[in-house]
Amino acid sequence: MAEPAVPRRRSPAEGLLEGSHLSELSFLAQAELRVDAEEADAASRMAEQFLGCPLPGPGRATGNGAPYVLWSGPGRYLVVDSEATGRGLCAGLSAALGGEYGRLCAAVADLSAQRTVLELSGPDAEEVLARGCPMDLHPREFGAGSYAQTVIGKAAVGLHRTGGPGPSGGDATAFRILVRASFADYLARLLTDAAAGVRSAREGAVV
Amino acid sequence: MTGRRTGAGPVPDTWILFDGGEVPAVAGEPVSAALLAAGVRTVCRGIRTGRPRGVVGIGTGEPGAQVRTEGPDPRPMAPATRVEAREGLRVSGLAGYGRLPEQAPARGGDARWAHCDVLVVGAGPAGIAAADAARAEGARVIIADEAPEPGGDARGGGRDAWAAATWRALARAPDVRALARTTVTGHYDHGEHAALERRGRDDLLWRIRARRTVLATGSTERPFAFQDDDLPGVMLAGAAAAYVRRHGVLPGERAVVAGCHDEALWAAAALHDGGARIAAVADARPRTGSAAREALRRRGVEVRTATSVLRAEAGADGGVAAALLAPVGPDGAARGEPVRVPCDLLAVSGGHDPAAPLAVQAGARLRWSAPHAAFLPEGLPPTTVCVGAAAGTRDAGAAEEEGRAAGAAAARAALGPPVAPPDPVHTGPLGPLAGAPVGGLPDVMRSRGASAQGHGGEGVGGPAAPATPAASSGSEADAPAMALFCVTGPGTDAARVYVDLQRDAALSDIRAAIAAGMDSIELIKRHTTIGTGPDQGRTCGTVASGITAHLLGRTMDEVGGTTPRPPYAPVPFTALAGRARGDLIDPLRRTPMQPWHEAHGAVYEDVGQWRRARYYPRGREDMHAAVLRECTAARTGVAALDASTLGKIVVAGRDAGTFLDRLYTGNLSTLKPGRCRYGLLCTADGMVLDDGVIARLPDGAYLVSTTSGNAETVLDHMEEWSQTEWPELCVHVFNATDAWAVVSLVGPRSRDVMRRLAPGMDVSQEAFRFMDLREGEVAGVRARVLRVSFTGELTFEVNVPSWYGLAVWEAAMDAGADLGITPYGTETMHVLRAEKGFIVVGHETDGSVTPLDLGMDWALSRTKDFVGKRSLRRPDTARGDRPQLVGLLPEDPGTVLAEGAQLIGGAPGPGAPRARSQGWVTSSYDSAALGRSFALGLLRSGRARHGEVVHAVHLDTAVPVRVADPVFYDREGSRKDG
Repeated sequence: MAEPAVPRRRSPAEGLLEGSHLSELSFLAQAELRVDAEEADAASRMAEQFLGCPLPGPGRATGNGAPYVLWSGPGRYLVVDSEATGRGLCAGLSAALGGEYGRLCAAVADLSAQRTVLELSGPDAEEVLARGCPMDLHPREFGAGSYAQTVIGKAAVGLHRTGGPGPSGGDATAFRILVRASFADYLARLLTDAAAGVRSAREGAVV
Repeated sequence: MTGRRTGAGPVPDTWILFDGGEVPAVAGEPVSAALLAAGVRTVCRGIRTGRPRGVVGIGTGEPGAQVRTEGPDPRPMAPATRVEAREGLRVSGLAGYGRLPEQAPARGGDARWAHCDVLVVGAGPAGIAAADAARAEGARVIIADEAPEPGGDARGGGRDAWAAATWRALARAPDVRALARTTVTGHYDHGEHAALERRGRDDLLWRIRARRTVLATGSTERPFAFQDDDLPGVMLAGAAAAYVRRHGVLPGERAVVAGCHDEALWAAAALHDGGARIAAVADARPRTGSAAREALRRRGVEVRTATSVLRAEAGADGGVAAALLAPVGPDGAARGEPVRVPCDLLAVSGGHDPAAPLAVQAGARLRWSAPHAAFLPEGLPPTTVCVGAAAGTRDAGAAEEEGRAAGAAAARAALGPPVAPPDPVHTGPLGPLAGAPVGGLPDVMRSRGASAQGHGGEGVGGPAAPATPAASSGSEADAPAMALFCVTGPGTDAARVYVDLQRDAALSDIRAAIAAGMDSIELIKRHTTIGTGPDQGRTCGTVASGITAHLLGRTMDEVGGTTPRPPYAPVPFTALAGRARGDLIDPLRRTPMQPWHEAHGAVYEDVGQWRRARYYPRGREDMHAAVLRECTAARTGVAALDASTLGKIVVAGRDAGTFLDRLYTGNLSTLKPGRCRYGLLCTADGMVLDDGVIARLPDGAYLVSTTSGNAETVLDHMEEWSQTEWPELCVHVFNATDAWAVVSLVGPRSRDVMRRLAPGMDVSQEAFRFMDLREGEVAGVRARVLRVSFTGELTFEVNVPSWYGLAVWEAAMDAGADLGITPYGTETMHVLRAEKGFIVVGHETDGSVTPLDLGMDWALSRTKDFVGKRSLRRPDTARGDRPQLVGLLPEDPGTVLAEGAQLIGGAPGPGAPRARSQGWVTSSYDSAALGRSFALGLLRSGRARHGEVVHAVHLDTAVPVRVADPVFYDREGSRKDG
């Protein structure tokens, strides 16, 4: 019998994105945090100690990577951490909120492999997204630090603007797209195709 | 030869092919201009009559010349006025019907969204000014126009340089998009608009969300009807003049001009200045505007007043050769002898209809304005305003002022703080303006009044000034426009008085519709087909209303117009599809093991959006052979299924157990961590919604599995009950479907494979019992392993984070290689579960089946309530003769029944009583374990009928089948422990 080799992780969009402004931030720890909406303020105070940032308000993200927190509905948060493990992140969060029998009605789940994170950057990023996303992504409406749950094509996604005008963005336009693992292949191909559409429009398909 | 270039325009620099012949053309000019310049009069044929038809208009309102194009701008059907001439373009005339290219699709399509504060539709003087003013206020602006160049109807007049310069500035400005060749095709709720941008071979469909909309859509010139008004050479007067002004193309050498407003007279002057001989100018009004009359007099042309065209006469080439002019009354009735005037161009104009479809779609009503002789939009919502010729303002200067004020006001309103919509009571006849929320929108009524009364044509049309209709007023104080829709005399053949050229529908058709009792314009449209052609009645709609009003003795407002539904212009399906075609038409969800399935020749089955392996043929195996082999492996050795698509929901929170008790039919709060239980989920009406295994995780939360296609449904069901019915429960549900990949190891030898994969895990029967859940390392990965079984065989369901799905699958294949581990797909899975009588939601259930029907009362708790429980006691759900789950064994063991076959009692045949369906086949397979075919079905009172022979009817065959217990294999359940 063969001793099992060291298992290799495989990210959902592996090998699909070479040579574009699209890349995959693989294997990030992700925890979903739920609290009753009316306890969100209390939860924010308790979680801040552990997270280093408060829980975000509607349509926003807080934190800067390790971890950052995305608002995904009343009382719903997605915590993403590029340094922790999913288990560690969940254990810490859960403890900070007092555990299952704490005062709050809170629950935490390690869903690190549920979604992958694609990063789309470059001056055409908004144009590429407009080929599939019905939201208004103009910096005036959706500046850096904004987060929304929306669709791109027929895939449900979380859309996070990390770069561009806004309180925490730099100059370069950048978005992070959180997509469920089984939709990553579709979304990567859709965005690659959309980018080609934007390029060909720019290069004067106009007669 | 008729038609030529005047020399004032650009010189042809390319060629196009029309019906195989070379036609010189100026690149970028409309094909219609090239055809007119080359003297091509007959472009296409009438759809029903086959009569020759030529170019009638300019721009989008083209009822005559329809063409098909190939080459750089391929289109199955388009007006010749909207196709730009360019090298290599091949054009052919159409007889009413478009024709798709042989190799589809000729056009590329893409779609996108865009958002703006102010959308300006139309880039004439009003639209450009509106966009420029909105930009200056800091608004995000989109301006779109159908034409390749800005200027609108005023193009070719004195504003071209201003229009071009402002357009260029707009295009360069940040947060402004200037879209040429773009038709806004529809207005929808919440300020959403669809627009089609034509880019050579490609189309781009825009979905534009605008806070405010300025409709500067201009107007459409309409003709009036008379006998043989469809002959090539009969054109709209304003269009004929525009070919001269814009393109230096004279559509005819000897022109008769007939109209009922001053702009037609200015068109005559323009044709004269372009070099045409003006044979006659007829005006149906008793009196014309003095300035226009004077301008023509200076050119040596006298206007025949109270006169119009009674009939056109064809020449040898089928085109117009003469016009018969006769005195007419205000109702268009000809009196007295007609005079025959030879001509090769008969330029007619009945007035100008504001292009109001988008306004109507936004909520406006159309009201007839006698001074304008046109329907004007009124009662727009506060988010939309109509300016310029679209609002009846014919003077270009006044239109520009209107547009500027409206653009600035729209920008301020869009950028200002949100305000409550105004009380509808205050929304007067010009709703948007009276009810304007912020900053005072312009009083268009006043500017309209000014244009109606204050611009008596002073200066314009003087000897030095170019004769530009757009710069003159359409309703001069001393001679307003007259409503003229149709000219007939005693000898007129009503069947040749064409109203809609695209449908070959004539005056006689309207008369027939009215004689048949139709008195609504909507009914008349449907009866005559008037207005249903490619241009959707743009040029003929008002004419049809006018004729109808006359025939019925009603006012124009009483008759009204037909509803202009979107799209305003034809939109190719390729553009609607955007990039949702080919393999991007729908997401194809793949499991992490997909690359292995691909490499091992799996045949797929699409289950919802999931792509699942159906079976793995070896060599030349067909499905039947492969499935029998895979089944045998699972029953006698070891086999593996990629079960990653199973829905997985984590239910957590203090009250998770109580919550699941209330939803599922069984008790789940008593489940201990590390144990699993089967659960059934019903809707409130007692019908089975889903089933699956519920596991209690070591941390106390529950892991609920659902049918692959049902994860979202169950999640929504849980959210609904938790949010709306039991908000007091502390419970949170998480979708974890994609987080876990699942390798299901099945068969008596599966324990051996598990021992190798998970040396640290005690997988013995004593330590790891049926319905246990264990956490530990499998193939070096932290895993959750469930001992559940969907086949009746010993099964280890290995759950690992989806990143490791492929690696663990491959490790299992390696570990089981010497045991002959066999991958199996969904088809084998179905056979194995059906042999055990296990239901599949969607096969054995269809939303009308209760747990009792399935014989699953063992799964129903008697000690607690659950959703749907009360409904199971309803008389109808409790009655004994409902369809019940049974096994079915065909009398011929080689016959596999058709799924969906109906079950009847006696054998059918001649003389047999008419059979009533008593049930149907839900699943049917051939079985390796049973050595014969078998099926599951729902049969009325089926549980009491085991042993009875019924007939399964499919198409024309009836097969005798014996009713049996639905559990065919291992009824004792002895195999689940290996």
